[in-house]
Amino acid sequence: MDIDEKINEWVSPATHFIENIVFFAVDINSVGLPLVLVWLLVAAAIFTIYFRFVNLRCIGQALRIVRGKYDDPSHDGEVTHFQALSAALSGTVGLGNIAGVAVAISLGGPGATFWMILVGFLGMSSKFVECTLGVKYRTIGPDGIVSGGPMHYLRTGLTDRGWPVFGKILAIFFAVMCIGGSFGGGNMFQANQAYAQFHSVAAEFGFDGHYGWLFGSTIAVFVGLVIIGGIRSIGRVTRILVPFMCLIYVSAGLCIILGHITDVPAAFGLIVTSAFAPEAVGGGLIGVLIQGIQRAAFSNEAGVGSAAIAHSAVKTNEPVSEGLVALLEPFIDTIVVCTITALVVIITGAHLNVGMEGIEMTSRAFNSIIPGFDYILVIAVVLFAFSTMITWSYYGLKSWTYLFGDSKAMDLTYKLLFLMFVVIGSAMNLGAVIGFSDAMIFAMSFGNIIGLYIMMPEVKRDLNGYLSRVATGEITETR
Amino acid sequence: MSTTYLVGVDGSDHALKAARYAAEQARSAGASLVVAHAIDWSGFDIMGPEELAERHKIKEAELDRAQTKVIQPVLDTLADMPLEVSTDVHHGHPAKTLLDLAEQHGASHIFLARNGHTRLAVALLGSTAHSVIQTSPIPVTVVP
Repeated sequence: MDIDEKINEWVSPATHFIENIVFFAVDINSVGLPLVLVWLLVAAAIFTIYFRFVNLRCIGQALRIVRGKYDDPSHDGEVTHFQALSAALSGTVGLGNIAGVAVAISLGGPGATFWMILVGFLGMSSKFVECTLGVKYRTIGPDGIVSGGPMHYLRTGLTDRGWPVFGKILAIFFAVMCIGGSFGGGNMFQANQAYAQFHSVAAEFGFDGHYGWLFGSTIAVFVGLVIIGGIRSIGRVTRILVPFMCLIYVSAGLCIILGHITDVPAAFGLIVTSAFAPEAVGGGLIGVLIQGIQRAAFSNEAGVGSAAIAHSAVKTNEPVSEGLVALLEPFIDTIVVCTITALVVIITGAHLNVGMEGIEMTSRAFNSIIPGFDYILVIAVVLFAFSTMITWSYYGLKSWTYLFGDSKAMDLTYKLLFLMFVVIGSAMNLGAVIGFSDAMIFAMSFGNIIGLYIMMPEVKRDLNGYLSRVATGEITETR
Repeated sequence: MSTTYLVGVDGSDHALKAARYAAEQARSAGASLVVAHAIDWSGFDIMGPEELAERHKIKEAELDRAQTKVIQPVLDTLADMPLEVSTDVHHGHPAKTLLDLAEQHGASHIFLARNGHTRLAVALLGSTAHSVIQTSPIPVTVVP
C-alpha cells in the first residue's frame, strides 16, 4: 500500500462520518434528497421573491457601481467595489467551475447544467443579502484592520434584536464550519483536482505513480511561503496571472462553442430536456436536481457566507451598493463560466466517456478540439487552486481567530493545520474529498441563512432606501 | 481673483528644484502655490482579502509617509520665501490626479520636474510629465 492509499484509509472514515451528518437525506421515490440542498435552494428562492427579483432588476446598477461610477473621490486609496468583488471571486472561480461542472454532468447527466444555472440565478439574491450585511456590520479595529462576515453580523445583528446568546451561538457555529470549509472545499478539493490534472498530464510522460502526497507537499510549501512566510509577492503574481488564465479558459471555451455554433441549440435542448427527464442518470429528476444544486452551490457559495468576509472590506457609506455588486458573483461564476464548461463538455461529447471523473472530463473535452490544451489547463488549475487556497486560508483564519483569539501561536497553529490538509487533499480519492468539502461548505449555510432570514426585513428597508435615493438623484454618479 | 500655481512633487531632488522654481515664478506673479503629491494607486488593482482588510491602515500610512517624506521637505525648502503655500495629497493615477487637483484649486499653471527615469523606462511606462503635458488644459512648465 503506497502513502496516498494509507492517507486515504486513515482519513476517509472521519470524512464519511461528517458527510453523513450534513447530508441527512429524505427518501423521495427511493432517491435520497439531502435536506441541506433544499435549505439552500428554498432560501435563494425566498430571497429572490422577497427582494422582488433584485437579481434581475438591479444588474444594471450593480455594473455601474463596480465600474466605479459611484465611487466617492474622498475614498480614493481605500478598497473599491471592484477590488472587493475580484477578491471574493478569487475564492469562488476555480476548480468548481472546471471540475465541478464535469462532476455534475457525469453523475447527473447534461440536465444538471439547467439546475446549476437556475441555482446560480437564485443564488445571486442570497449573495446580495449576506454581503450587504457583511459591510453593514463590519468592524474596524484600533489597528485599522477591517473585520467582517457572518460571525459579525450574526452576533451583532441578533444582539441588536435582543437575542445575544442565539446570535453568539450562530456566529460560533458559522466560524467552526468555516474553518472546516477552509480545510475542505477551500483546500482539499483544490489540491485534489489540481493533482488529478497534473497526474493525467504527467502520465503521458510515463510518470504514472501515485505521488499525490509529494505534489501536495510542494504546493503546501508555496502556500506556506505566502501565508506563514509573508512572501506576498508570490500571492501577487498569482493574482495577476489568475485573471489571465481565466480569460484564456473562457476564450478557449467560447472559441469551441462558436466553432460548433450549430450544435449549441441541440446542446441547450439536451440540457433542458434531460433536466426534467425521468430517465435521467442517477435517480431521475431528483438525482439530476441534486447534482445541479450541489455543484452550483459549491461553486458560487451563495448562502454559505464566505464571500461576505471579503466584501466587507469595501469603503462605502452604502452597504447595499456592495450587496448589489456581490450579486454579480454567482452570475459570473455559475451562469457564465460554468455554462461555458458545460456546453464544451456536451458539444464535444466528453460526457459520454464512461469512467472519467471531475477535471479529466473537462480536460478531455477541451483537448479534443484544441490539442495540447491539457497543458494549459494544468497551469490554470494549479493557479486557480493556489489562489483559492490563499483566499480560503484567510476566511478560515478570521474564523479561527474569532474563536480562539488573535495570538501568534493560534495564528501559526491554524496555518500549519491548513498546510497539512493540502497534502491530505492531494493524496485522497476524489469521492471522499468531495464528500467532506461539500459537507463543510454547506454546513456553513445552516447558521448563516437563519441569520439572513431574521435580518432580511432590515436589508429590504436599506435596499428600498438606496434605490429611492438613486431614483431621486440624492445618490448620483460621481465619475 | 487671485492666481494659483500648482507644482507636482514626488520626493525627489528634481522635485525640490521644480518647487523652488515654481515658488519664484509664483512670487513674481503674485500667485499662491499649491504643492501637490499623487500617491500612485488604482481602484482596479487586484488584491487578496488580507490586503483588502489592511488597506485602510496602509492608506493612512501612505498619507503619513507622503506628508513627512515628500511634502515637508518641500515646505522646508520654501520656508524662506514670502509666499502663500498650501498642500494637497491624493491617491490615484499620478498625471490624472495632478490635473484634477489643478482644476479643484483653480490653478492656472502647472510646474513639474523632468523625472530621472531612463529613456527606456519612459518609453515603456511613460512619464507623469509626458502625460500631464499631453492632457493638460492649462500651461505646463517642465523644470529640467
